[in-house]
Amino acid sequence: MAPFGHGRPQIGGGKPQKTDFKSLLKLAKYCKPFIPSIVTALVLAVLSAIASIVGPDKISELMNVITAGVASISGIDMTAFMDVVVFLICLYALGAVASYVQQFLMAGVTAKVTKNLRHDVSAKINKLPLSYFDKIARGDLLSVMTNDIDVIAQTLGSTIANLASSVTLFVGVLVMMFVVNWVLALVTIASSVLGFVLMFLILGKSQKYFHLRQQNLAELGGHIEEIYTNHSVVKSYGAAYNETQKFSKINHNLFANNWKSQSLSGLMHPLMGFAGNISYVAIFVVGIALILSGSSAVSFGTIISFTIYARLFSQPLSSIAQAMSSIQQASAASARVFDMLGEKEISDEKEKVAKITDIKGNVEFKNVKFGYNPNELVIKDFTASVKAGSKVAIVGPTGAGKTTLVNLLMRFYELDSGDIFVDGVSIKDMKREDVREMFDMILQDTWLFDGTIRENLVYNKTGVTDEMLGEVCSAVGLSHFIATLEHGYDTVLDSGLGLSEGQKQQLTIARAMIKNSPMLILDEATSSVDTRTELVIQNAMDKLTHGRTSFVIAHRLSTIKNADLILVLRDGDIKEQGTHDELLAKNGFYAELYNSQFQDVES
Amino acid sequence: MFKLLKNLKFKDFVLVIVAVALIVLQVALELKIPDFTRNLTEIVQSGTMTGTANMSDVWKNGGLMLACAAGSLFSAVICTFLLSRVASSFSKTLRDKLYEKISTFSEAEMKKFSVPSLITRTTNDVVQMQNFMAMGIQLVFKAPIMAVWAILKISETNIKWTIAVAVSVVLIVVGVVILTRVVFPRFKRIQKLTDEINTVTRESVSGVRVVRAFGAEDFQEQKFDEVNKKITNNHLVTSRTLGLMNPMMNLVMNGLMLAIYWIGAVLVNQIVFSGDVQAMIIERGALVGSTAAFTSYAMQVVMSFMMLIMIFIVLPRTLVSAKRILEVLETQPSIVEGCFNGEPENHGTIEFKNVSFSYADSENAERAIADVSFKVATGETLAIIGATGSAKSTLIKLIPRFHDATQGTVLVDGVCVKDYREEVLNSKIAFAAQKAVLFKGTIRDNIALGSEIVDDEKIKEALRIAQADFVFELEKGLDSEVAQGGTNFSGGQKQRLSIARALYKNAEIIIFDDTFSALDYKTDMLVRSAIHENLAGKTIVIVAQRIGTIKDADQILVLDEGKVVGKGTHKELLENCALYKEIALSQLSKEELE
Repeated sequence: MAPFGHGRPQIGGGKPQKTDFKSLLKLAKYCKPFIPSIVTALVLAVLSAIASIVGPDKISELMNVITAGVASISGIDMTAFMDVVVFLICLYALGAVASYVQQFLMAGVTAKVTKNLRHDVSAKINKLPLSYFDKIARGDLLSVMTNDIDVIAQTLGSTIANLASSVTLFVGVLVMMFVVNWVLALVTIASSVLGFVLMFLILGKSQKYFHLRQQNLAELGGHIEEIYTNHSVVKSYGAAYNETQKFSKINHNLFANNWKSQSLSGLMHPLMGFAGNISYVAIFVVGIALILSGSSAVSFGTIISFTIYARLFSQPLSSIAQAMSSIQQASAASARVFDMLGEKEISDEKEKVAKITDIKGNVEFKNVKFGYNPNELVIKDFTASVKAGSKVAIVGPTGAGKTTLVNLLMRFYELDSGDIFVDGVSIKDMKREDVREMFDMILQDTWLFDGTIRENLVYNKTGVTDEMLGEVCSAVGLSHFIATLEHGYDTVLDSGLGLSEGQKQQLTIARAMIKNSPMLILDEATSSVDTRTELVIQNAMDKLTHGRTSFVIAHRLSTIKNADLILVLRDGDIKEQGTHDELLAKNGFYAELYNSQFQDVES
Repeated sequence: MFKLLKNLKFKDFVLVIVAVALIVLQVALELKIPDFTRNLTEIVQSGTMTGTANMSDVWKNGGLMLACAAGSLFSAVICTFLLSRVASSFSKTLRDKLYEKISTFSEAEMKKFSVPSLITRTTNDVVQMQNFMAMGIQLVFKAPIMAVWAILKISETNIKWTIAVAVSVVLIVVGVVILTRVVFPRFKRIQKLTDEINTVTRESVSGVRVVRAFGAEDFQEQKFDEVNKKITNNHLVTSRTLGLMNPMMNLVMNGLMLAIYWIGAVLVNQIVFSGDVQAMIIERGALVGSTAAFTSYAMQVVMSFMMLIMIFIVLPRTLVSAKRILEVLETQPSIVEGCFNGEPENHGTIEFKNVSFSYADSENAERAIADVSFKVATGETLAIIGATGSAKSTLIKLIPRFHDATQGTVLVDGVCVKDYREEVLNSKIAFAAQKAVLFKGTIRDNIALGSEIVDDEKIKEALRIAQADFVFELEKGLDSEVAQGGTNFSGGQKQRLSIARALYKNAEIIIFDDTFSALDYKTDMLVRSAIHENLAGKTIVIVAQRIGTIKDADQILVLDEGKVVGKGTHKELLENCALYKEIALSQLSKEELE
């Protein structure tokens, strides 16, 4: 984020890293339909843990059969031996099956829950007011959709069942050990704890360097993004030397934190191995000492079973620690997801019934007031009336509120006060989609998506025939271009096609023509197109505007000279209004704007 | 991959050799440990029965075992430390080299690779390499050494045990290979589907006004649901398949343990009583000890094969990264600087002599610029106008050598641009690009970009000429922060700052590549007249779309599809250039043009 006030707020950003139980509860609600599966999975997880706990006891039995056999002249009692082996095989097989079925079920739950979450986030996008999109960064929203939901998926998939089996394992092993022999139990616990203390010490240290390393990496990424993107500027201004020094500095810091974090985390594995060996030796030494002291409770089997317990004991401890940290991550992720899902939606309009059946196109703005922020009015007191079928131009300097007017007309935003009427009906009394249905809108930013030309033109309209496509495309001057394409209308639009800005705009105009609504809005539709291409498009536009009430916003004053009415906006108010000639004659603000394009530098 | 390893320093090579030696030591010690397991087991099995067991033997064996474990820990620690250092220094060198190389690239190479790809190559791909180095080297050396050594130890004992181990290894390897075969292609598909999810979401967000204007909310939702369904199904298959891995491994490992003990039991029973109980017990006890030791070896063998599998899973990704890095490092920049050291005679002149240019290499590729010739004298203003796609920007980018002319010569100050050293040529030219570019830092940093001398007074003057007076109203003035990409300034403000930067540079030639079209008419005019007043004597090149912006230029070139179709002053062109007249009339009426 930017280090000062202009940065956009992140979704759910700035909250302290703490487990957010509210979000987890909301997440739990998503799991509700799958409770039968989840409960079954939990039971199975516990079962497989129990299988693991019983195992060592049986191994101990097995060892004791061997020990007895060593001293007996008849040797090992193979029937007794095989009985235990068969039992163990069944036990292990059962454990494996239980643990797989558990994972199978949880995978299903996870997949469905995340699918629903993704669906809801996507559906939510369509229900949010436009003001939401002004305040968030697009990248944040995308990261909610992919990263955050992925984190939730990972946690759901493994953690819940893992936690259940780990707790069972932990408690079960603890009980078993004390039941079998409390001295050996204490020895095992003591040596395992020693290993853990070591692990946490190192983890804590390495975490710090990992964090620094991630920071360095982000910094490096930011720097090279800036430098690579603006390669030619850096080069032509000879700034490469300075920038390289910045880079080297970051790179060196990265190196330092890199090897520190890597060495420390690399220590984990060998250290855990060493801790395991300590337990092993401790159990043997104490075990043999007990046997030699004549304790009948301890046998070779006991010793072997305790070495297995030692492993089973430390395993759930680390998985519980892991589960805790992943629950924390999941809670942060779900906080972001549910923040987004909890955003205020646009109001429900089912009960609104006003509809204009035969639209003439009289539009009236009455004392319209509006601001994107409550205390900062952009449109202060706007009143104007537009006759059906006329072409209205809205001009004015940047920030005067031209696009805002369009936003209000399309009901992308709601008025603070005042009203807008179409043929005498307030647009507030109509459903949003009915208001929007009345207008064709073409914006400066051409919006085309990955898909064929046909898909982009037809968009969500049904029953569009090829004849209609042909007609519209020849009207906007695209038919020749489309004819030259190998796949015609079915050509996929991608960067490889290399559409010019003008062609993209022609496509969006064609799309609007297919929609064929009674009124038209052109917001800087041709400003990214050169003047000659504009002439071609202009013809298409003229066809489109003919007989329709149209609102035209344009930077280039040449495009609007023939408007029936020019509204000159300044600071949210109408400064002047009239036709081009009237306004020039007035010699006011419009004339000043207009004439500045001919002024000689020398004068 | 091996070519990249040449970037290792000699010192690092030595460190790697030391690390490998330590790995051998580690393996030796780890394989010594089961011997003590055997001794301890023997003590319990036979010693306690025959009464020969004593605690001092137990302490001795336990102590030696811990000593071995500690030794192996110690060498592992040193080894990790060395390899992390080597890997980090290797990745640092790679990043430095990549950055250095990329800074020599011209626009052609930047375009060929694309900026996002170069970024991932400098970051992710290098991290990928580094991770492999740090973890991989240990595994690559340790796994085979461990496997071979452990197998040798095992094969000394009993063939039946060895067979049991071999069967388990085969089971695990085959299982893992099958599972990964099923899962990997799906992972790739999931990656693609995630991109699609992103695309559709991005689409809905960036086109929110269009989507709503068309009432296409449901349409977008349907599109999303389709991708969502696909990605969910793929996720389901992969997680259910991968879920098999753990239960399978556990089952095989536990089965192996039981098999070893079963074989051990059978072997014990083959030692029959021959009259001496003591001898029988000792012999059998030793066998049980070997069995216990053998389970340890068996686990080591299985583990090393798992490590080998891991290497083969990680390796392909690393190799791809290595290839991507090499691709950059081996690319020769298409623009090579010259070595002209002399002092050119005419300052501030530009000349194009029959210049042609095409983006593609081939002879018959369509030429973006065809046979353009013109001359600009010191202090003159040259303007270039034409439709979008007429190659105006391409043409002027030949002056600072963003591209090189395919044919003909471009001369600056009477010297061919290819003869200059890059630094010298750049110092002669200030270039204000079509898209204003600001860097993270302060306004001062941005205006004085690349200049050795930072003079606040001069910066202020440049800002004034560029009509960027808004800076003086900012609380921190020249120290105001600029966010990355300049997102905290409006488009018009950014453009004026980038103009100020070009003016501050105080070069002989200033090029404005469509810089003025983002400004409104009035500001456009004010900037140009301020430049005219304050920077007399500088040679100026302006690319523009508005007739108003260029009509006072000393010389105007009219370009159409890369060819000059008109050359002269505004008045002359109105009379003798049909295209110029057409462009002019599309913007202004006949009366206005007079």
